[in-house]
Amino acid sequence: MSDRNDFISRTKFMEELMRYKKGSVSRRHFLGVTGLGLATSVLGATLSRQAMAQANIGDRVVIASWPNYHDPADFESFKAATGAAVDLNVFGSNEEMLAKLQAGGTGWDVFVPTNYTITTYVELGLIEPLDMSKIPNYDANAFDPRFAGPGTVDGKIYAVSKDWGTTGMATNTANNNSKAVTSWKEFWDITQGAFSGRTTVHDYQLTTIGNALKYFGYSFNSVDPKELADAEKLLLDVKPHLFAITSDYQPAMRNGDAWLAMCWTGDGKQLNRDMPEIEYTLGKEGGEIWSDFYAVPIGAPHRDAAYALINYLLDPAINMKETLFHGQPVADARVNAMLTPERLADPILYPAAELLNALEFGAAETLTNPDRAELMARFKSA
Amino acid sequence: MFPATAWFVAMLVLPLIVVFVFSFGERGPAGGYVPAFSFANFLNLGARWAAFKNTMVLAPIGTIACLFIAYPLAYFLAVRASAKWQTMLLILVIVPFWTSILIRSYAWIFLLGGKGLPNVFAALGLGHIQLINTPFAVLVGIVYGYLPLMVFPIYVSLERLDKRLLEAASDLGAPPLNTFLSVTLPLSMPGVATGCMLVFILLMGEFLIPAMLGGGKVFFVGNALVDLFVQSRNWAFGSAVAVALVLVMLVTVTAYMRFTRRWSGGRDDISLM
Repeated sequence: MSDRNDFISRTKFMEELMRYKKGSVSRRHFLGVTGLGLATSVLGATLSRQAMAQANIGDRVVIASWPNYHDPADFESFKAATGAAVDLNVFGSNEEMLAKLQAGGTGWDVFVPTNYTITTYVELGLIEPLDMSKIPNYDANAFDPRFAGPGTVDGKIYAVSKDWGTTGMATNTANNNSKAVTSWKEFWDITQGAFSGRTTVHDYQLTTIGNALKYFGYSFNSVDPKELADAEKLLLDVKPHLFAITSDYQPAMRNGDAWLAMCWTGDGKQLNRDMPEIEYTLGKEGGEIWSDFYAVPIGAPHRDAAYALINYLLDPAINMKETLFHGQPVADARVNAMLTPERLADPILYPAAELLNALEFGAAETLTNPDRAELMARFKSA
Repeated sequence: MFPATAWFVAMLVLPLIVVFVFSFGERGPAGGYVPAFSFANFLNLGARWAAFKNTMVLAPIGTIACLFIAYPLAYFLAVRASAKWQTMLLILVIVPFWTSILIRSYAWIFLLGGKGLPNVFAALGLGHIQLINTPFAVLVGIVYGYLPLMVFPIYVSLERLDKRLLEAASDLGAPPLNTFLSVTLPLSMPGVATGCMLVFILLMGEFLIPAMLGGGKVFFVGNALVDLFVQSRNWAFGSAVAVALVLVMLVTVTAYMRFTRRWSGGRDDISLM
């Protein structure tokens, strides 16, 4: 079960568990030899009951998630508490995750889909309705329904809320007279002017096409052929002026090659934290607001461990550590109650209401629409 | 015979049949593959023309650039270097292969990025030159990544070259350049042909280097395939593009082999010596 000798083997653990159940050893002895005593003393009484119940969750759990999205220390403490090591697979887009799950045989136990994908996963029979009795840390009343709602399809909870955020832009204001770009109109115009060769856009049709549509004031989710044609014309005009089409834009922003990037909240927060001259702003015409979830694929090989991990990460104390690490806001009021007022007033994480109200959630059709996929391909290969 | 046939069928023929069958299908509503019989995917191949064009231009240029850099290196290793240094230098050629090309590409991203070589050029007063995310950067990555594959076949053919032939040429009064052009070069042609073939075939399917050093702006057929399968999940059209790529390769490689066979055919008498 473990290559470290300070953990006991799974067989030994089961033997000790049986001895404890039969009453031949005391609870104290059991917790001592299994190491659960230490874990429970750290994690509190609730977890100790769960750890007992989940004694046999296996030694491994596989999670598919996003870059810079989990505090490795939380995975370590999960392993210490349950004996299951967390194997993290990192992905760059929802389309990629969907493609992998459609092809089958991913070996994933937990993954992190975004709001607009969940109905598609349910229709394709790729994720299971969650057994909420195994996720006692999820308190539906504590979660903002705007962000947690898309996890429920046809009255059944298929996914529980991880965090939420926005898609805006990061400007290196040192190159723009200390001014940040504040609208998508300006974003695309300045790219063809003063910032030529200095802008990056996502390698992701949903956001790149969506924010090109905002230039004309259309919906982020439009699949109207005429509106998409306008967006395509803009993208093709802009392409020679782009620095890159990439979702991994932090390196280029940090070393000064790129001055303006289409950017997600967490990246914006991380860039701004390290280089205050990089400012994260939302387009005043609107753009995307999103929320991410935890879900369990059908046929997850380590299903018990999957539930144990989700439950662990939703423990408000752990979730607070997670949000401080990844820099995205969370929808759990219990976590927000523990955060400092300065954090809750951070305009990158919690934008002003008028900016927030202009944003749209991505729609399922926006992700799966074949015309948008082909438009993106034409843009990239042009 | 049987195990070899089974291996061949399972590993090569079956996947090709799957790709071939898929290429006549349709994309499912949420992506993937739905069985159908239509030529629509093949009629739509023009939508990836730019990717084919980029690949057909940059793959040969990359191959030739590799050849021109690899040949002097292989020549030095095989003919000039002393036996003691030879092994050491050969190992040095392989060493980069011990690290993933992904990691080495990141090193190039830094070298070609604004804080790398362009910074040096700027300090020399050459102004702002963008290197990263250009076709040039992709070519640098290609030459860097594939150089060993070109060096080794040429090295082997030069290694086996009978050095007495060079002495004979010199005894008969040929100046060094003539000796090289009429003895060494023709005898190393099999190595050159093999090296070019290896590099060219792999370059036609390359996707990682253009994605990393081209910033998503230098688009190969390999990138089109990755996007079709992994992003837009149009497996049917992706399969049609793959079939088209296989056909292009078959035609190119067949023509290439005929050409090189005819070329070396006239020299068989020499290489048999």
